[in-house]
Amino acid sequence: MRITVTVNGQPYERDVEPRLLLTHFLRDELDLTGTHWGCDTSNCGVCTVQLDGVPVKSCTVLAVMADGHEVTTVEGLEKDGELDAVQKGFVECHGLQCGFCTPGMLLTARWLLDNKPDPDEGEIREAISGQLCRCTGYENIVRSIRWAAEAEAKS
Amino acid sequence: MSFGRMHRKEDARFIRGRGTYVDDVKLPGMLHGAILRSPYAHARIVSIDTSAAEAHPKVKAVVTGATLAGLNLAWMPTLSNDVQAVLATDKVRFQGQEVAFVVAEDRYAARDALELIEVEYEPLDAVIDARTALDAGAPVIRDDLEGKADNHIFDWQAGDRARTDELFERAEVTVAQDMLYPRVHPAPLETCGALADFDKVTGKLTVWCPTQAPHAHRTLYAMVAGLPEHKIRVISPDIGGGFGNKVGIYPGYVCAIVGSIVTGRPVKWMEDRSENLMSTSFARDYHMHGEIAADRDGRIKAIRVKVLADHGAFNGTAQPTKFPAGFFHVFTGSYDLEAAHCEVTGVYTNKAPGGVAYACSFRITEAVYLVERLMDVLAAELGVDPAELRMRNLLKPDQFPYTSPTGWEYDSGDYPKTLRLALDMAGYDELRAEQAAKRARGELMGIGISFFTEAVGAGPRKHMDILGLGMADGAELRVHPTGKAVLRVSCQSQGQGHETTFAQIVGNELGIPADDVEVVHGDTDQTPFGLGTYGSRSTPVSGAATAVVARKVRDRAKLVAAAMLEASPDDLEWQDGKWSVVGDPSTAKSLAEIALAAHSNLELPEGVEGHLDAVTVYNPPNLTYPFGAYICVVDVDPGTGQVKVRRFVAVDDCGVRINPMIVEGQVHGGLADGVGMALMQVMAFDEDGNHLGASFMDYLLPTSMECPSWELGETVSPSPFHPIGAKGVGESATVGSPAAVVNAVVDALAPYGIRHADMPLTPANVWRTIDGRPFRTDLAIS
Repeated sequence: MRITVTVNGQPYERDVEPRLLLTHFLRDELDLTGTHWGCDTSNCGVCTVQLDGVPVKSCTVLAVMADGHEVTTVEGLEKDGELDAVQKGFVECHGLQCGFCTPGMLLTARWLLDNKPDPDEGEIREAISGQLCRCTGYENIVRSIRWAAEAEAKS
Repeated sequence: MSFGRMHRKEDARFIRGRGTYVDDVKLPGMLHGAILRSPYAHARIVSIDTSAAEAHPKVKAVVTGATLAGLNLAWMPTLSNDVQAVLATDKVRFQGQEVAFVVAEDRYAARDALELIEVEYEPLDAVIDARTALDAGAPVIRDDLEGKADNHIFDWQAGDRARTDELFERAEVTVAQDMLYPRVHPAPLETCGALADFDKVTGKLTVWCPTQAPHAHRTLYAMVAGLPEHKIRVISPDIGGGFGNKVGIYPGYVCAIVGSIVTGRPVKWMEDRSENLMSTSFARDYHMHGEIAADRDGRIKAIRVKVLADHGAFNGTAQPTKFPAGFFHVFTGSYDLEAAHCEVTGVYTNKAPGGVAYACSFRITEAVYLVERLMDVLAAELGVDPAELRMRNLLKPDQFPYTSPTGWEYDSGDYPKTLRLALDMAGYDELRAEQAAKRARGELMGIGISFFTEAVGAGPRKHMDILGLGMADGAELRVHPTGKAVLRVSCQSQGQGHETTFAQIVGNELGIPADDVEVVHGDTDQTPFGLGTYGSRSTPVSGAATAVVARKVRDRAKLVAAAMLEASPDDLEWQDGKWSVVGDPSTAKSLAEIALAAHSNLELPEGVEGHLDAVTVYNPPNLTYPFGAYICVVDVDPGTGQVKVRRFVAVDDCGVRINPMIVEGQVHGGLADGVGMALMQVMAFDEDGNHLGASFMDYLLPTSMECPSWELGETVSPSPFHPIGAKGVGESATVGSPAAVVNAVVDALAPYGIRHADMPLTPANVWRTIDGRPFRTDLAIS
């Protein structure tokens, strides 16, 4: 099937198998390997991207379902050489170790702050509860997102 | 000057999605492999028909055990001197075992082709419960081993049996408890995989593989496949978590290599999550019977343990050769007692091979869990507070270095101080008062303590080897003329931040910023030999190697500085990161100045070669012994059995902290592991050997909702066995925390007269335990 998907602001037109997963479309067709794959069952969330601004697990979205839609991946967070506040927060607060869950966490964090600029700890925990991290015990991810919220409030 | 909190160098790529994990590597002409796996736990293979798969238009090769047998590769050695089938030839011995390998143009086609392979099986009775593995008449799993007529692997013991038995006979009080540390899986979010590229012209094999031990892999590939070792390059790129899962060599890796040799093109194999959980390693599966002998005022005299160890269908545990039960015999823990003895029997079952994985420090997880559970059982028996019982029995500071009853030489520590700090942080007395008030109202609240001692950083090599490869690790340090440095180490990070902390070590030794030090790791063509990262050995071994090699550079720099200053080296002192004439700071020469001189035409004394580069191999004089005191507070819903971890206080002593931010991150992750193992993670099996935890739908991992906000504290007892006094911390929290959670839940259930419940303490398990109908958590619930 021929599809056109706008990824990080740029339209891409490709012929794809109807069964191709969005995560594989991004990784294998567009070489955007910042989006990962981890479980096949929508549990781990390392494949999380934003579809029209909403976090989705791209291992359970078909590429054809993104036809005509806008996808944001981790590669799209940095704008004009300026890191997004959530990216800075993860560095500041040691919100990542192996880095495998990080892109998905960043995209959910960005969505949360776009919709709730001043989330408390409980709201942050709930927002990322569909995504697993095996390294950080979540503590510093929560702090990172809180750091980003405060940084954006100041700016 | 470089120790302390510092942002990680690694983060710049990871926050941009620019890490390079193995599945991100693409090579021209690359093909994809997929593995056909056994649906049965135990079955004879009658026939395999691959013709339809071979006819698939996108399939380039189909490899079976018969193909491999022709290459003498159907079986490979395991890390415990057993053999494991790469692709099954005679029988399948666990559900998910590798049967055939398809190479195709893309990963979807490879999966399609698996469906086209016809395998006829003759199902056999399976051995699922380790406790029946040695029964007369049990099906013999390993009939491939000549003369093998049972499922016995080994008997091993440590300690003084006679003295221990004598103390038990004379003891005023004894308690005993059966407990299971169930089979779990480390489940890093990146699964295992490999990309193999065999160049027929040069004979060079390059394997990209997220391995924690790249050099060991290269040597074993040379030994297994008969390939010359200098023609093998193992590249371990960024690793999406390891935790022990990425130590071993798995059949899929060998298949990818064979696939590349057969097709002449690069072949990538990535396992999916179910394959990961079903086949590539597992951890624990220890059925333990522990006993403590004590006097009536709670002084422990002796501990006695019997273990039945389920090793699965092939004995593939990754541990030093001399120790088939790993370091389990450190089970006397943090306590002062007179004698101890353990016996461990290893058995085959129809389950995946493995056993040592998952941040366990070679089975110290099991040992700590055992002794910390027993302490609480004893406390309940004596009616003594568990904190008080521990305080009475902890080793005292003046006993260090301390030789344990089973032969370990603990390095340093003030255990009572660490426990006191944890109790103070938790507000222990107030918690007990709150608990009493809640109990009066019928509410279930529990407080659990765990005090652990770890033993990490294997070797020394005279005691520790894996398949004959001694556990010592190299480091090379090159200093460029402008004073910037490149460190090359044998270990490999899976998120621990070596690129940052090891640069800090060099910076600290040489008086240069950590940012001026590039750390190279994970590529056998670019780094010195060493056994890699597991058992928390990176900082204790490679970190020590780094300090030692940096000191060699500093010593050489002294000679060059002396030549620069036309002074005797004996008159120089190392002050504020520079060499200067004693008492004359105006003569100070920085490393950058010295490095430039060392590369210049400056005349150097005889015997000084010039340049500053150095190499070393670090053979640890002893293990290091991190320790800590953990306190967990839980609330249990008596109606549903749901456990809520309300608080978790963790005081860790890992010696000198190179980067406290990273240390704390390591502890956080391990604490989450402990909550997961204690409350939710288990791989159970039904009676036919069906794996009941083969996806993240069934194998539950802790999320942000199950984890509390961790409360950390620290004490610092430098290790005298390490050049900078560091002890390692990667696995401490995983080792120490499960017992604290279980002790808390059991404490909450004390009003029901309950003294023990096996992990995981799921709502169903807790509810049934309250109801007096506990079940075997390793088998299907009945």
